This record gives sequence, C-alpha cells and structure tokens, in this order.
Amino acid sequence: MSIDVASAERTIRRGKAITLAAMAGLAGLYVIALYYTPTERFEGLVQKVYYVHPPGAYAMQIAFGVVGVVSVLYLWLRDERLDRFAEASAEVGLVFGAMTLITGPIWGQPTWGTWWTWDARLTFTLIEVLVFAGYFALRSAMQDSHERARYAAVLGVMALLLVPFNHLTVYLFNTTHPKPITLQVGKPQLPDEMLRTFIVGFVVFTVLYLGFVITRYGIGLRRAATEAYDA
Amino acid sequence: MSTWKPALAIAAKDLTIEWRNRTALLTATVFAILVLLIFVFARDPGVIALPVLAPAVLWVALALASLVALNRAFLLEREHAALDGILLSPAPRAALFWGKWLANLCFVLVVQAVAFPLWILFFNVPPSGALVLVAGVAILTAIGFTAVGTVLAAMAVRTRFAELLLPVLLLPFMLPPVFFAAQLTTRLLAGRPADELWGWIRLLSLYDVVFLAVATLLFPVVVEE
Repeated sequence: MSIDVASAERTIRRGKAITLAAMAGLAGLYVIALYYTPTERFEGLVQKVYYVHPPGAYAMQIAFGVVGVVSVLYLWLRDERLDRFAEASAEVGLVFGAMTLITGPIWGQPTWGTWWTWDARLTFTLIEVLVFAGYFALRSAMQDSHERARYAAVLGVMALLLVPFNHLTVYLFNTTHPKPITLQVGKPQLPDEMLRTFIVGFVVFTVLYLGFVITRYGIGLRRAATEAYDA
Repeated sequence: MSTWKPALAIAAKDLTIEWRNRTALLTATVFAILVLLIFVFARDPGVIALPVLAPAVLWVALALASLVALNRAFLLEREHAALDGILLSPAPRAALFWGKWLANLCFVLVVQAVAFPLWILFFNVPPSGALVLVAGVAILTAIGFTAVGTVLAAMAVRTRFAELLLPVLLLPFMLPPVFFAAQLTTRLLAGRPADELWGWIRLLSLYDVVFLAVATLLFPVVVEE
C-alpha cells in the first residue's frame, strides 16, 4: 500500500484553501454580528457570543457524529482511510468542543451570574469532550496501526451510542439553558436580522469544519506516507 | 457449538482462579471500604450529616471499586498469553465475551455485596425493605457497565498504561447508569411511590440491553488477530 507524499500535500493545500475561505467568512461574521445586527435589549453586547457559540457546539456534534459513523464504516470496510478520517474528525471536534466550553462561560458569567453551572448542555459538551479525550489517550497508547484503528473504531461506535444516554442524563439532571427559539414549530421568534446572522454563523462553521478536517486528514496521510518511507 | 457452554466454562475458570488466589477480591473489597471511609473524613461533620451524603457515597464507592475490579479482568490473560489459547479453541468469540462478562459481573457483585452492608453500617442508613430494592438496583446497574467495561478492559490491557487508561475510558460510560441508580436510591430511601421509580428503572434496563448487545457485537473485533 503506497501513499505518496505529493497527493497528501495536495489534500493539505485543498484543506488550507477551504480553511482560509472559512476564516474570511468568520471575519465577515464578526463584522455582521457587531455592526449590522441589533444588540439584544436585556443581555447587551455579550449576547453576540450567540453567533459563534451554538455554531461551535454544532460543529463539535457534527465532528463527533462523523467519528461514530466513520467508525461503523471502518469496522465494515476496513479501509485505512476511514480510520484516518475518524482521527482527523475527532481532533477537530475536540477543538470545537474546547471553543464551546470557553465561549459558554464568557456568556454565562454576565447572564447567569456564574462561570460554571451543571447545566444540561454544558455538562453534555464536557462529557463528550472527555469521551474523545479518552479516544485520543487510547490511540496514542497503541503501537500497531491496525490494532489502533480497530480499537479506536470500537470506541467510536460506543461513543456514538452513548450520546442519547448522555442527553437523557444531563437533561433529567438540570437545565438552565435558553430553550431553543430558532428550531421550533412555526416561525422562529427571533428578529430577522439576528436570525440571518445566526444562520451565517452555522454556514461559516460548517465550512470551517470541512477546512479543518480535510487539512488534518492530509496531515495524517503525509505522516503515514513518511512512516512508510522510513520503514 | 453452543455459546452458553463455553461461556460458562470460561466464567467458571476465571472465578476459580480468583477464588484460589483471592488477592484481587480482597484488594477490591478493601478499596471499596477505604472509599467509604474517605468520604466520612472528607466532610465537615458539623455541616453535612451522614444520611444526606449516603446515596452519593454508595455510588461513588461502587463505581470506583468496580473499576478496580475490571482492571484485573484481562491481566491474567496477558501475563501468560492465555488469551491465545482460548482464541485457538473452537468456542465462538461471543462465548468468550459472555464468559468474561459473567466473571466480571460476579466479581463486581461480590465486592458490592461486601461494601453494601458496610455502607449501611457506616452511614447509619435506617434498615428497611427499601434496602433490598437498592441492592436490586445495584445489580441492574452493574449488568450494563460491566459489559462496556469488559470490552474496554480488553482493549486497555493491550496498551502501555492499562491501569490509567481504563478509568478514563470507562467513567464517561458509567455516568448515565450511575446517575439513574443514584436517582433511584434517593427515591427508594425517601419512600417515594412506585410510579416515580419506573421511569428510572426503564432507563437503566434500556442501557443494559443496548450496551450488552453492542458489547457482544464489538468484542470479537477487539480480540481478532
């Protein structure tokens, strides 16, 4: 099995190009959010976190969901590329998870009056991040690449199945998060300007996820190629 | 070849080894008692009364002691490359999982059986019929997470830092069942009506069914060569 470095480099370049486009979109999102979207009457400026925090959490869920699905596919098809993609997506998911856990308290302190609370979605995000921290601990503790891929896929599938239980656990425990106001039956109860910015946020973070994951996948390819060359 | 016979044989083998040796069993039990003890001393006795803390302590002690118990599940197999021998036999891989899981479940239940009365004693839990039900909850809880734990322990034992890795991998999976069990314990001890309990029992059973099935499916992948 040969992977050439050149094609890995191509993948990385492609990923970087998409990331760059997403970064430009992110800058645009900041501008729209700060200058062209009205400030929320009660929460004030801190409400602007709303345009990056839920999209970040959503990107994390996409990333971890992809790990689960790709893990199932790996156990079925046993293609090395799927394992590399799962690794890339898990790592990107951890980045978005960290971002969500950092932006959350920035909004929580002025709004809830506390940096940290055992709120449902907050706890859920923390648990997901910890599960995937374990995923990386397992990966890095393994030498043999086939065994590593197999074990990681097993954990990836189990993590996917844990998601509904985690959801139940944290929701039954406690929630102080705002109820969803965008995704609900009927018209979203959000001024059109805010809704527009919010949707732009989701689009930007989707592209950002794609850019990150493709770049990271390329890096994994290059690493495998150089390791094969050294061996 | 049927699945049950080899599964029971593997479980019997594991439990016989544990029984002849008894070191692991004794260590895990002493560990559980120490966890109970540390809670008594880690609280301010003037502020937090023991009965308030009791349900939480029970589940922390049982969860941690089970971790210690599961850590040893595959150590023997690794030390003497004994797993290869079992894998060479015509027994189906699912039977290996069921055998290992049964042995782990028994081991964890024995540790719980010792820790449970000590918890009643140390935390002045008033004796009542509800305690029998709490013990039932403990069994129901152990079924699910020992299934997950058996798969994760089989993986962790093949790595460089098995003892550290297993808790990191398993604890997130223990959170939902421990949460359901703690809710049940609090309600049982408070003498709440049965219709407040059923929802939690259903959730706990659902977790058991889902993860027992998944673990049975995934375990063969872990041990394949």
